[in-house]
Amino acid sequence: MKKTNCDVAVIGAGPAGLAAAISAYENGARDVILIERDKYLGGILQQCIHNGFGIHVLGEDKTGPEYAEHFIQQVEKLPINCLTETMVLDLSENLTIQASSKQGILHIQPKAVVLAMGCRERTRGAIALPGKRPAGIMTAGTAQRFINCEGYLPGKKILILGSGDIGMIMARRLHLEGAQVQAVVEIMDCIGGLSRNLVQCLQDFDIPLYLRHIITDIRGDKRVEGVDFAPLGDEGQPQLDKKISLDCDTLLLSVGLIPENELSKKAGIQLDKITGGPIVDKNFHTSVPGIFAAGNVAQVFDLVDHVSICGMQAGKSAAEYARGELEHFSESLSKVKAGPGVGTVLPQVLSGPADGPLKFYLRARQVTRKALLQLRNSQNEVVFKKKFRTVRPAEMISVTADNLDCSANEYTFELIGEDNG
Amino acid sequence: MQIYDVAIIGAGAVGTAIARELSKLSIKVVVVDRLNDVGGDASKSNSAIIHTGFDAPPDSLESRMVVNANPLYDKLCCDLDIPFKRTGAVLVAVTETEEAELPSIMAKAHANHVDDLEMLSAKEVLELEPAVTPDVRGGLLVPRESIIDPFLFVVALAENATANGTEFLTGWEVSNLTFNENEYTVESPKGEITAKFVVNAAGLFADKISSFLGIDDFKVHPRRGQFHILDKAAPIGTKRIILPVPTKVSKGKICTPTIHGNWLIGPTAEELDDKTATQSTPEGLSDIVAGVVKLVPGVDARYAITQYAGLRPVRTPGGYHLRTFENLPGFLELSGIRSTGLTSSLAVARYGCEKLFKMGLSNKYKKHFVSKRQAIPCFREADEKARNKLIKQNPLYGKVICRCETVTEAEIVEAIRRKPGATDLDGIKRRVRAGLGRCQGGFCGMRTPQILARELDISIEEVTKKGTGSEILDGTTKSLRA
Ligand SMILES: Cc1cc2nc3c(=O)[nH]c(=O)nc-3n(C[C@H](O)[C@H](O)[C@H](O)COP(=O)(O)OP(=O)(O)OC[C@H]3O[C@@H](n4cnc5c(N)ncnc54)[C@H](O)[C@@H]3O)c2cc1C
Ligand SMILES: Cc1cc2nc3c(=O)[nH]c(=O)nc-3n(C[C@H](O)[C@H](O)[C@H](O)COP(=O)(O)OP(=O)(O)OC[C@H]3O[C@@H](n4cnc5c(N)ncnc54)[C@H](O)[C@@H]3O)c2cc1C
Repeated sequence: MKKTNCDVAVIGAGPAGLAAAISAYENGARDVILIERDKYLGGILQQCIHNGFGIHVLGEDKTGPEYAEHFIQQVEKLPINCLTETMVLDLSENLTIQASSKQGILHIQPKAVVLAMGCRERTRGAIALPGKRPAGIMTAGTAQRFINCEGYLPGKKILILGSGDIGMIMARRLHLEGAQVQAVVEIMDCIGGLSRNLVQCLQDFDIPLYLRHIITDIRGDKRVEGVDFAPLGDEGQPQLDKKISLDCDTLLLSVGLIPENELSKKAGIQLDKITGGPIVDKNFHTSVPGIFAAGNVAQVFDLVDHVSICGMQAGKSAAEYARGELEHFSESLSKVKAGPGVGTVLPQVLSGPADGPLKFYLRARQVTRKALLQLRNSQNEVVFKKKFRTVRPAEMISVTADNLDCSANEYTFELIGEDNG
Repeated sequence: MQIYDVAIIGAGAVGTAIARELSKLSIKVVVVDRLNDVGGDASKSNSAIIHTGFDAPPDSLESRMVVNANPLYDKLCCDLDIPFKRTGAVLVAVTETEEAELPSIMAKAHANHVDDLEMLSAKEVLELEPAVTPDVRGGLLVPRESIIDPFLFVVALAENATANGTEFLTGWEVSNLTFNENEYTVESPKGEITAKFVVNAAGLFADKISSFLGIDDFKVHPRRGQFHILDKAAPIGTKRIILPVPTKVSKGKICTPTIHGNWLIGPTAEELDDKTATQSTPEGLSDIVAGVVKLVPGVDARYAITQYAGLRPVRTPGGYHLRTFENLPGFLELSGIRSTGLTSSLAVARYGCEKLFKMGLSNKYKKHFVSKRQAIPCFREADEKARNKLIKQNPLYGKVICRCETVTEAEIVEAIRRKPGATDLDGIKRRVRAGLGRCQGGFCGMRTPQILARELDISIEEVTKKGTGSEILDGTTKSLRA
């Protein structure tokens, strides 16, 4: 069995993987392999032809493919070995990668690995949608790919379930294509995506939004013919007497993204039950020494800029680890937890000496106005605080805290609103 | 016009099993089905269990068929390369009343000539299946209850029959059937067929087919069964089929491993009138979980990756009716095959052949019957050496299309090229599992249509989920712009 050795291998060539590969090389790794199952580099960005990418990192508002191109060009200038149409099938605890390609099964033995596999969309089955199973039901991301990359419409009379960003962006896109977007139906009290998308994608086009409603039936044997949905009562039960029936030929689902961690599980990496991604430290080191994770594989991000920043850090750390200059965090180090009002936190562990500021990415549990974010240590002392006008679950919070003591401490982030503060 | 010896109406488990049996003879056989693919009705949406018949009504035709069919699966699944596993079942009694039922279930099994059941204490149940509820009071081991891939079962029977000369016409709905002197005319909007013998294996619609010939002494209505499929990674932990103590109306809600490593929980039992009512309902889906957690507390709807529902063809008057009619020589009706037909199909097929012979069908067996069929080589299950060999022979084996189930382009292409082959997305899903994993086609949902379009030489807009009318796309992005 022939093994290819290298310093750093990056799995997935979306924005996280591209940034990680570039930064690994720039930080001294010489043999860098970037593995992508698709034909092209760029990941999910290739289908996001709307703008809103790169305001922070590039200082410019770009479309997804333009943003990706910026990084792809850098990768192509560097001697980075890009293996496209190559799918990683297995990753072991001692960092051996097994991948399949048209040339056969490849074995790669890197000194460090960066996981950048992104995420996948939740499906109809995962939320147990009732009704029939005709054609015309697909995830918003699949529809986006059909429309933006292939030039086909999924249908003409559309209902969208879930108000995630992809759902709202697709509502606008389909409206602009001339399709009739009947409604966006959301189970929660608030939208799942960014507020700018609510305004720019739904309100600007008078697309009705039904909050706190659920689908109770899907009609149609061959192709979707209609969808019934009803408001939720106080106990969370659908109020069928207030049921709304709409005729439509397509149901798009934008009901959440799940980090893609099949490989992480194979390598025995410890996953965070809440984010669904690996537990990482500030270097994006996972629980398995030498394996790093960045981008949507670690936690679903709202803005690509953060993904690239994390990717760069993960790539740099992987290069250092490959040279033997970075240690793995040990069990006894500080943990960071999501306390009251906080949904997720990244990183979840702090390692090494506190050498300067530490960046955290958090998500709020609910919409909170005049919110106070606090970080407490094991002694229950507040060591960091910051005020926000409004925090929303859909919009990631990123904060930088200084002077944290990283030795065997337990930190908890909490968010307090003006009412309960 | 072509005259067939036998026309079989319905390409479910029963229709394809009898087709394969008849393909051993030197006769011309055609199988027609209204759906776009074989096995598209009850035979695709069931519990996928090969029963022993231990709980069948004793002395019934059903008992005889199921009990006799069970032992046939080892050889058939070996010959036709069908995924099949003798897992065994554990019937679990949780309440005192249920525990008191066990001896009579055992007695019923003996009355059905199923003599290999074993009475289990609560401790023995938990030793065999530690994930069963600690409240268990006792149980029964039914060693030969087994699991199968029901799609591949029907597909394999159909492929093997085709290899032996049987024709399949899909998307061919029988709209009338007439008998004139000594032959039958089978009509559909797509054309006509003439045959000397006709087999009614139309399941839920058996009443309609027989009524074309003036037989109206029975009706078939649907009894819906809904299911959840759980993720392979779900921490369920059971190895055998876990059965409840049956009630008068149904076998109850079970938890069974599937042959591909998922778990299946269900079914409900809902009496309906509408023969198209294949939808799942919020109540049905929550009933399943509520029922099954009593047996296996680890079950949770959170692990669900998909749901489906099937319609049992309930006959009134009830029971298996495998009948011929004096005034209709050559017509064989297979009706009332309600909730055990996946299993019984193999025995029903042989029994049915005998009835056809009695009506004068020539029983001359072919000299060169092809008895074996090979499955599409499965990349997912191959070891590394085999994988490299597959890729070397066909580089498309190196191209993984469905990442959840690790299905390669080569397998999808082969599923389309076989006869009868997949002509739609559901057909591919059933043959090679592309799109059946936890992302349910989120990723391959795009690529599989492209492969189908290329292989069938159609445009991607003509690609369907399950036949005409179920196109997955609706024009190009420019079509609606003024
Ligand atoms: C519809 C949509 C709209 C968005 N809109 C905006 C926006 O307006 N502004 C903004 O800033 N951000 C936006 N985002 C977010 C941003 O695009 C994502 O956060 C970012 O693309 C995530 O990058 P990633 O590298 O982690 O994952 P991805 O881009 O998903 O890349 C993962 C890559 O890994 C590959 N891969 C996975 N598994 C394997 C394997 N086993 N072997 C080989 N390769 C593998 C995949 O093929 C893929 O190319 C949007 C996202 C979506 C989906
Ligand atoms: C919820 C549920 C659970 C079950 N569990 C099990 C189990 O675990 N084990 C077991 O052994 N059995 C089980 N069964 C029973 C089993 O699925 C059926 O008995 C079996 O599939 C019947 O096969 P069939 O070929 O008779 O019917 P079908 O598979 O329904 O085939 C009939 C075919 O006839 C076609 N047809 C109908 N009308 C026309 C027409 N006018 N023209 C042309 N074609 C027509 C239909 O399209 C269909 O393909 C279960 C059934 C259900 C619903």
